[in-house]
Amino acid sequence: MSTLLELTNITKTYPGVVANENISLSVNKGEIVALLGENGAGKSTLVKAVFGLVRPDSGEIRIKGDLIAAGDTAAAINHGVGMVHQHFQLVPVMSVTENIILGDEPRRGIFIDKKKAREEVVALSQRYGLEVDPDAIVEDLPVGMQQRIEILKALRKDVDLLILDEPTAVLTPQEIEELLGVIKNLASTGVGVLFITHKLREVMAVADRVVVLRNGKTAGATTPQETNEEGLAQLMVGRNVVLQVDKSDAVKQGIVLSIRDLQANDDRKHTAVDGFSLDVHAGEIMGIAGVEGNGQRELVEAICGMRPRLMGSVLVDGQETPDMAPHKVHRMGISHIPEDREKHGLVASYSIEDNLVLNQFDQPPFANGWIRNATALEQNATNLVENFDIRTPSIKTTAGALSGGNKQKVVVARELSQNTKVVVAAQPTRGVDVGSIEFIHKQLVSARDNGAAVLLVSAELDEILSLSDRIAVMFGGKIVAILDGKDADRAKIGRMMAGLAS
Amino acid sequence: MRSRWLMFAITFIAILYFYMRDSLVTTSVIGTAITFGLPLAMAAMVGIMCERTGIVNIGIEGTLLVSSFVGFFTASASGNLILGLISAVAMGAISGLLLSLLAVTWKMDQIIAGTIINILATGLTSFFYKQGHTIPSTFPEVDIPGLSSIPFFGPVLFMHGPLTYAGIILIFVLWVALYKTPWGLRSRAVGEHPSSADTAGVSVIKLRYLNVAIAGAFGGLAGAYLTLELVGSWDRGFSAGKGFTALALMIFGRWNPIGALGAAIFFGTAQAVTNQLMITQVVTIPQQFTNMLPYVLTILILAISAGKVRAPAAEGQPYEKEQA
Repeated sequence: MSTLLELTNITKTYPGVVANENISLSVNKGEIVALLGENGAGKSTLVKAVFGLVRPDSGEIRIKGDLIAAGDTAAAINHGVGMVHQHFQLVPVMSVTENIILGDEPRRGIFIDKKKAREEVVALSQRYGLEVDPDAIVEDLPVGMQQRIEILKALRKDVDLLILDEPTAVLTPQEIEELLGVIKNLASTGVGVLFITHKLREVMAVADRVVVLRNGKTAGATTPQETNEEGLAQLMVGRNVVLQVDKSDAVKQGIVLSIRDLQANDDRKHTAVDGFSLDVHAGEIMGIAGVEGNGQRELVEAICGMRPRLMGSVLVDGQETPDMAPHKVHRMGISHIPEDREKHGLVASYSIEDNLVLNQFDQPPFANGWIRNATALEQNATNLVENFDIRTPSIKTTAGALSGGNKQKVVVARELSQNTKVVVAAQPTRGVDVGSIEFIHKQLVSARDNGAAVLLVSAELDEILSLSDRIAVMFGGKIVAILDGKDADRAKIGRMMAGLAS
Repeated sequence: MRSRWLMFAITFIAILYFYMRDSLVTTSVIGTAITFGLPLAMAAMVGIMCERTGIVNIGIEGTLLVSSFVGFFTASASGNLILGLISAVAMGAISGLLLSLLAVTWKMDQIIAGTIINILATGLTSFFYKQGHTIPSTFPEVDIPGLSSIPFFGPVLFMHGPLTYAGIILIFVLWVALYKTPWGLRSRAVGEHPSSADTAGVSVIKLRYLNVAIAGAFGGLAGAYLTLELVGSWDRGFSAGKGFTALALMIFGRWNPIGALGAAIFFGTAQAVTNQLMITQVVTIPQQFTNMLPYVLTILILAISAGKVRAPAAEGQPYEKEQA
């Protein structure tokens, strides 16, 4: 077996952070190596270094035995490295063909040979069995299709080593299966695959070898045969992790949150939420399953008063909540853990103390008329930091200085500490380490047990399945089906998420 | 889109109507429209080339000012128009490189960078300006044999100075290059989504430098045209806001060279018609108001285009490779 990629002692530091520390790794021909690790473990930095998008401080990158200069993308490409990026590297306003040929265009004289380019794309898609419309404009395509274009783009230049950076994050379960099939096929033709993920299931399914990173260092290397999901999780986090959420049966009470025929547009003024109706009871977790981009974000924002409701209403305890008035909606008892915590959840330059009262800073006991009450603020912050296990040097530390998991805990602490009637949690564990995920899940369950109605929106089907008492599957802005959490079947939900009949 | 076609149709019918009524005046007005519109169109190309690769260039005004200055005084000192032209184009390119240095290498806010160029241009040209210099002549009109004798189109399109022809040809060349060549595809990709281009092996930094420099040279040509072919003199504040008007035309033309050319000619027509009305005293309004026309039109154009056009997505953002 010949070695395709050989990394020796790669080190990369950013101001204040060591992203990679002396990491060595190799990929052989026809081998699938999974690079596993939590967010922030340094996986992406490492593969970007291979592809020349990041310049490592020290260490050697050898591809097929040749030393590659740091930061030389063109050299990596010339040596047969292809990369599928976590964030799609596609130009939204251009056609599929244009995106695929970009950087190495077939020419006729000084012009692009459009006919030949198109033919090339068609041939490429046939060769790998990945069907695409060469003339479609990328921004009009669903994410699964966009990823297919990414893969084709990577495969176009007779790739020997294919790097996939969290390729499954935005796919439906079926699309994931399909993708894993494609990866196996490629490996069987001799392509080496370096596959980044934090999903243990996928690692177990396809990897020949697993390399686990933790805090920028190699935490261990193993094979799926030698370990299991628990073992991998332990390597990732460095301690025992309970993957299964521990919860009792829901004690369902009356309806608290009631959504009636809600309609809302996305940012491009296309209908995103299309006549959505749902009742959520006190004491239950209602999970919204769906592939991202099917209106979940718009739904959450419309409920919380951050996006105009074109039609329909949102009722809390039978009372209609106002449109486009997030603060009033919150007053009526809807807490919101937003999808984008940096943008909607926190003020990065404010202290943790202030961030913990962002939506009630003007209420007693935190304020007396115009004057803020420093003692109450401090006490509140000290309590919450303690109870919600927020790891920070001080309550006066700015929120921006915290890690992703701790930032999210600040948001969760603020929203769940107020005994609200409804909790709307959008992607509550996105970009959060496994340890914090475990904690946030427990908090959501305890909010439920305290009688809140929890609406959980997540792109992670596993999260939905393990937390929800009932599951609503959302597709194209509508609910396709509502299932009981107990007898929900992964494959069936996956089909519904893809818009296929149940 | 429809309003645009409607506008062109109305313009066309209007020209035809007036030509039927008075061919001589109509021909001269439209010829003047080209003369007025062309420098704006060329200045708009500067904006298009920069913004298509993601660099906002509000320093076009400064580029026009400083390149026309250098062009004029070089021609004046040497007595050689060609030398003036070359120095103007070179000066334009230098101003483009300065913008690249500020905005691409130093990742300065691009609005500030453009403002610096404008202020620098105003300051330097005012400081070094000396009254009383002249150039021996302007670039002479060259009538294209044969074509110039076609009624209406001959005088309008084929009886101009050499820089006019060069400008028009270059606008079409730019249009073809932008949409038909690898360079154009890459440039547009860099302006829309630079990390896509980077991951495809296209150097974002190099392409931005190259394009902004070429754009600057284009601006230099526009400056040379203004002073060495159109006016024949130079005065403080010579560019008179054309660089800013050009930005409005670029937006109205949807960052498309032909679109911007159309917008510029429309703009030039409006000005030429007003001039004609003034000269013949059909209307008598104080000159101050007619002088306002370009600016009023600019505001109108921007108001019409607002919200309907889509700028290159990565415009104004410095490219940080390591966050790709």
